[in-house]
Amino acid sequence: MIAENHAAVAKRLMVTSSPHIHSGLTTARVMWEVNIALIPLLAMAIYNFRFYALTVIFASIAGACIAEFAIQKFFFKTKPALADGSALLTGILLALCLPPTIPAWIAFTGGFVAIAFGKQAYGGLGQNIFNPAHIGRAILLASWPVYMTSWIKPGIDAVSTATPLAFLKDSLKDAGLLASLSESGKTAVEHTMLTLNISFSDMFLGMGLAGSIGETSKIAVLIGALFLFIRGHIRLYAPISMILTVFLGAYFIGNNLNFAIFHLLAGGLMIGAFFMVTDMVTSPMSRRGNVLFGIGCGIITLLIRLKGGYPEGVCYSILIMNAFVPLIDKMFAPPKFGTGGNK
Amino acid sequence: MLAPKTFSGGLHPPTIKTTADKPIIALPMPDRVILHVSQHKGAPAKTILKITDKVACGDKIAVAGGFVSAPVHASIAGTIIGAGNFMHPMGVPSQAVVIERDKEAHMTEYNYEDGLALSPEEIKQRIQESGVVGLGGATFPTHVKLTTNDTSKLDTVILNGAECEPALTTDHRMMLEHPDEIINGLRLVMKVLNVKKGIIAIENNKMNAIELFDKKLAQDKEIVVQPLITKYPQGGEKQLVAACLKREIPSGKLPLDVGVVVLNVTSAAYISYGVNYKMPLIERTVTLSGNCVKNPGNYLIRLGTTVANFIELAGGLKDDVPVKKIIMGGPMMGFGLFDLNVPIIKGTGGILCWDENEAAMPGSTNCLRCGNCESVCPMGLQPQLIKKHTDHRNWEDAFRLSVMDCIECGCCAYTCPAVLPLVQNMKLAKHMIHQQSIKDRKK
Repeated sequence: MIAENHAAVAKRLMVTSSPHIHSGLTTARVMWEVNIALIPLLAMAIYNFRFYALTVIFASIAGACIAEFAIQKFFFKTKPALADGSALLTGILLALCLPPTIPAWIAFTGGFVAIAFGKQAYGGLGQNIFNPAHIGRAILLASWPVYMTSWIKPGIDAVSTATPLAFLKDSLKDAGLLASLSESGKTAVEHTMLTLNISFSDMFLGMGLAGSIGETSKIAVLIGALFLFIRGHIRLYAPISMILTVFLGAYFIGNNLNFAIFHLLAGGLMIGAFFMVTDMVTSPMSRRGNVLFGIGCGIITLLIRLKGGYPEGVCYSILIMNAFVPLIDKMFAPPKFGTGGNK
Repeated sequence: MLAPKTFSGGLHPPTIKTTADKPIIALPMPDRVILHVSQHKGAPAKTILKITDKVACGDKIAVAGGFVSAPVHASIAGTIIGAGNFMHPMGVPSQAVVIERDKEAHMTEYNYEDGLALSPEEIKQRIQESGVVGLGGATFPTHVKLTTNDTSKLDTVILNGAECEPALTTDHRMMLEHPDEIINGLRLVMKVLNVKKGIIAIENNKMNAIELFDKKLAQDKEIVVQPLITKYPQGGEKQLVAACLKREIPSGKLPLDVGVVVLNVTSAAYISYGVNYKMPLIERTVTLSGNCVKNPGNYLIRLGTTVANFIELAGGLKDDVPVKKIIMGGPMMGFGLFDLNVPIIKGTGGILCWDENEAAMPGSTNCLRCGNCESVCPMGLQPQLIKKHTDHRNWEDAFRLSVMDCIECGCCAYTCPAVLPLVQNMKLAKHMIHQQSIKDRKK
């Protein structure tokens, strides 16, 4: 009975401030579910690039996890939090943005610097300004540009080839080629797809085209994104505004629907839009902020693709827009109750 | 039935209302009660009796200590055996009177008199004398809500039957078992305020209550039943007014400023008792639930009964399930008890006795900037930003971000994937700013 021993009961009572319940959706749970959402992409990567993909994925994950463990243990002297799955996530995301043929040690280095410079240098989880996986990729691209821009066609024989975007860019630079194309009435996009022997459905499914191991299959990205959306981990304001910006921008600049669809399906736009732009840590919080963020990413992507030195601009566009996130958040504070802003 | 309405923000915690089908059971009287003079918002009541004084049940033992205050009545007949500082459930010692029951004392009898025949002033007078406060937990003295110099702006009285807190079912049971008293209480208040429109707002997870009131009020032209979409914190005063009438109460203002008076349904029932029977508020319904409780249910208990005594009268705790946490109130806004010798007060809607599993909370990590707290905040605040300032004890910047508007509903902390103490920090900031403003006033 409680009267006799209520003093004993009181002694072991846990006293905390409200609320006394939690949704159960913790950081680790979010991270692991994003990892699960990447399984279709990993499967497609391994299907397309076999041993190359496996090597890159394992090397990148190893680099990321070792950096996370070592820095937390020896530098911050805290209990390493590998179990929350965030280092694994960075490792996988970086691997998916790498070409299949880069040596394992480069992928390892990429994973290591992604965590070391992209995340832990800022103070760890949640503190970083830039997307860690893209920091890793940017550093690799600057350090080993040749390895980072060599591509192969999927298949056992590993034939060297160009990515659709790189081929298109080169075609557009070649004045003689453009002149002969306009005589035969073909566009540069048609020439690219014909030469590389790919169709739009190939580009959508990720069959037979060169590129980073995770960016070729759009359907795999969409399946993962759908899972995340249903689980409530991503909001679609930023990805959709980024994709729409690229699509509409390409349509009006190229004045050609095929040109727009090509830009939609080529390169890392989809994986960037659904897995990098939606990164909670490095994206704005408000709905309007996310729309602006997505539009910014889209514009910079197009600028780099059409006017810049690189064939692909998703990585840099997201990194550049990451820097604006604090400003965007300041611009779009939520409407306070009682000020007439709520509807 | 009208189409259900709601407000923007908020979320859906698990309802865990396992006691919704348990009728209210009146528990025997306790042998001893501890009656705090501060069971309401505002000035504490002033005691008017001394030790060894004999009191009958319902006698006033403390008078209102100001305008925003409420009297306290003896909830059992007996002798005053103690007075002084006793632990308040909120965790601070505060003045209280202890009464020991006289088992031979006669039951106080209350005679019926039609309250609606009285003048508005008389009704208000009786409400004030009965010591009724907001029984939903806010405990704001009811008569203060009914006092306004300018009744011309006032057009609606809303009865709050949302009961959005998980686990609590007392308002639900009151609505099912005492609908006539609740409607009568609403009519009395409408008469006092000379208002022609009454709304009984009920969340649509209590369909039986909505249907019951719909049936009872089918012919009524003044009172409507407004179903609400089940969402927390639907029962917050500001959220309720926004949902029912699309009116936003500005920062620092009261429902009166937008022409509305909001009362809890249980308060309405006790208004009816207070006016028609002159019966003061000496008892209330309390939900007892949780895995450690032998007989979970809804109980009618005298105010001032200690929590230990209440649990015992209701059947006690299970012997084989060790209790880990005892909450007074609901899981979202109630407070964890540190001692079982604190009394049930006017604002106590529930006692939850939780075992290890129910009380378990995940550990904290860093903020992920996910924005969940912002999107669920029903007041449109930025909890994660406020926390950055409160972490550095920067109360000025927290104030600048309108931390004082926080209604402490706990949505932000509930939804935070990093399990950060967001609302907890905001409560601290509010307290510190309040202390500072008192200090500044003294200068």
